[in-house]
Amino acid sequence: MGIKILAEECKSCTLCVGACPFDAIDMIDNIAVMNENCTNCGACVDSCNFGAIIREESEVKEKDLTEYKGVWVYAEQREGKLMDVAVELLGEGRRLADEIGCSLSAVLLGDNVKGLADELFEYGAEAVYLSENENMKHYTTDGYAKVLTNMVNEYKPEVVLFGATHIGRDLAPRVAARVDTGLTADCTRLEIDPGEKGLMQTRPAFGGNIMATIICPKHRPQMATVRPGVMKKAEKREMTGKERIIEFKNDLSLEDLRVKLLDIVKGKKALVNLEDTEVIVSGGRGLGKKEGFELLQKLADSLGGVVGASRAVVDADWIDHDFQVGQTGKTVRPRLYFAIGISGAIQHIAGMQGSDTIVAINRNPDAAIFKVADIGIVGDLYDVVPKLITAIEEMKSA
Amino acid sequence: MKIIVCIKQVPDTNEVRIDPVKGTLIREGVPSILNPDDKSALEEALRMKDENKEVHITVITMGPPQAKEVLFEGIAMGADEGILLSDRAFAGADTWATSNTIAKAIEKIGKYDLIFCGRQAIDGDTAQVGPQIAERLGIPQVSYVQKFFIDGDTVKVHRAMEDGYEVLEAKTPILLTTIKELNVGRYPSIPRIIKAFREDPVKVWTNRDLDIPQTDIGLDGSPTQVKRSFTPEQKGAGQILEGTTDEKVRKLVEILKSNNEL
Repeated sequence: MGIKILAEECKSCTLCVGACPFDAIDMIDNIAVMNENCTNCGACVDSCNFGAIIREESEVKEKDLTEYKGVWVYAEQREGKLMDVAVELLGEGRRLADEIGCSLSAVLLGDNVKGLADELFEYGAEAVYLSENENMKHYTTDGYAKVLTNMVNEYKPEVVLFGATHIGRDLAPRVAARVDTGLTADCTRLEIDPGEKGLMQTRPAFGGNIMATIICPKHRPQMATVRPGVMKKAEKREMTGKERIIEFKNDLSLEDLRVKLLDIVKGKKALVNLEDTEVIVSGGRGLGKKEGFELLQKLADSLGGVVGASRAVVDADWIDHDFQVGQTGKTVRPRLYFAIGISGAIQHIAGMQGSDTIVAINRNPDAAIFKVADIGIVGDLYDVVPKLITAIEEMKSA
Repeated sequence: MKIIVCIKQVPDTNEVRIDPVKGTLIREGVPSILNPDDKSALEEALRMKDENKEVHITVITMGPPQAKEVLFEGIAMGADEGILLSDRAFAGADTWATSNTIAKAIEKIGKYDLIFCGRQAIDGDTAQVGPQIAERLGIPQVSYVQKFFIDGDTVKVHRAMEDGYEVLEAKTPILLTTIKELNVGRYPSIPRIIKAFREDPVKVWTNRDLDIPQTDIGLDGSPTQVKRSFTPEQKGAGQILEGTTDEKVRKLVEILKSNNEL
């Protein structure tokens, strides 16, 4: 099981030692040897130029997969309003369904939410699996997990996609464990293996420092969560008239809900919406102090944008986590992205490299951020940014 | 009151750099730390123990032998005992197999009132293991806990949402996953560090102790498999503006304007 080093093939090059993120390979008598740190991540397999490291196929219990058909998108709604990520998933789901050669459906749970079905049809769903109940007005783990599990077991989709929201990340793991299948979190890319037609799910791991492509070969459905803002929204289309609503009865009672929802409190957090904004001005450790964000806010104001941040400054409590861009923060793709005093750790780059134009301002000419920037300025941000604000203001008043 | 806190030793992913020539991870000097969300999970349990000495806290982790360090850290912060689940047979586990293994260990521990987990670990960022342990144990969960109150067997929590929070109430036993906004974790105390190493209240369990079929643990028990790992491709480098600061700023504004970015 797992990763194996073929000692007789090892050429002592030590490439694998450098490739291992977990310090799990030692050179003993000039031969690479795996130690107990190995997590079977496979990073070493690709690093070896001599085929000396192999992944052994595992013995897994077989399950009949052929009865699972179709791509499902979990159409998350809150207070009767469809979440943007559901539309993004329909865009992605359409592409996947076409490649597999199967249908695309949305699954819609709630109370009195049937009216959202037309919207889902317009964004490409061929069918909407609907289950309503007065005890499902708001999301609850127990209620939604029970109903969705029953629906998956009844209709057997081969792929189920969720938005990686606070609700999706609460619901999906519970359902995956209950239907006994795998779940891949926070995918940034989904593809179909042309041969097996399986779902290849690519996600950042190790803090975004490596990417891993995950497969779920012997269990169905193949389940994944996808971060909001990563996939492009589905285009609206004319309905074909063949769309169907499939209603699934559920008898969920209050006794099924072990956790009671007492109240929903809306916070100031609604104001931070990095995913939907066109211009982001992000700051990092190079600001030197918390107050540096006041300057960035001025630049953001002059550009009609919002402020973002790297993980380092969020960890230092200079700014709230809601502003964090990157692997454990938000994935953004604005028209214009400023990275100011940000060195460019991969986990940050993973969250912003989809931006149309990236401008980097950093004192260190060797900073990694310049490798992804379209336009770079090497210099002291406290010198550059005030002048930039002035220049923009002048241009606007001209 | 018995509390189990699931923790994990993780590499400090903020400290990881990529070798610009080879494109591989530079792992020298990357420290191992107690996962930040897990620290908040443990701190919340410790605050209950501060109030009531009857509270008994078990910290549990799964990992290679050196993951014992993180249990010592937990005990030095104030936990009563530690359990390390370590076996080559557990290696390569995805969240399904990990949660299965930890849940089996929790069943072996026996009675508990509360299970705290960090929301997610910074090396995997899946946020799946907590909810899946709850599912295996058949108990309710609340994830993203940012405030926690307990009165007898009733817990009341604030669950962070993207645009505010929910107020939720439930009876024990329950599993809660916590975020770092919940509290600020304490430092281990010197006397407790000494005591932890002197008394060594850490048990190591292998699969001989848990006796789970090989098909349900480690790589073989994992529905998901890593097909390939690679370093993320990066966008090609653009242009670096030259000149004095004023010239650079003027060029930048000109480029942005000509591209209709302003």
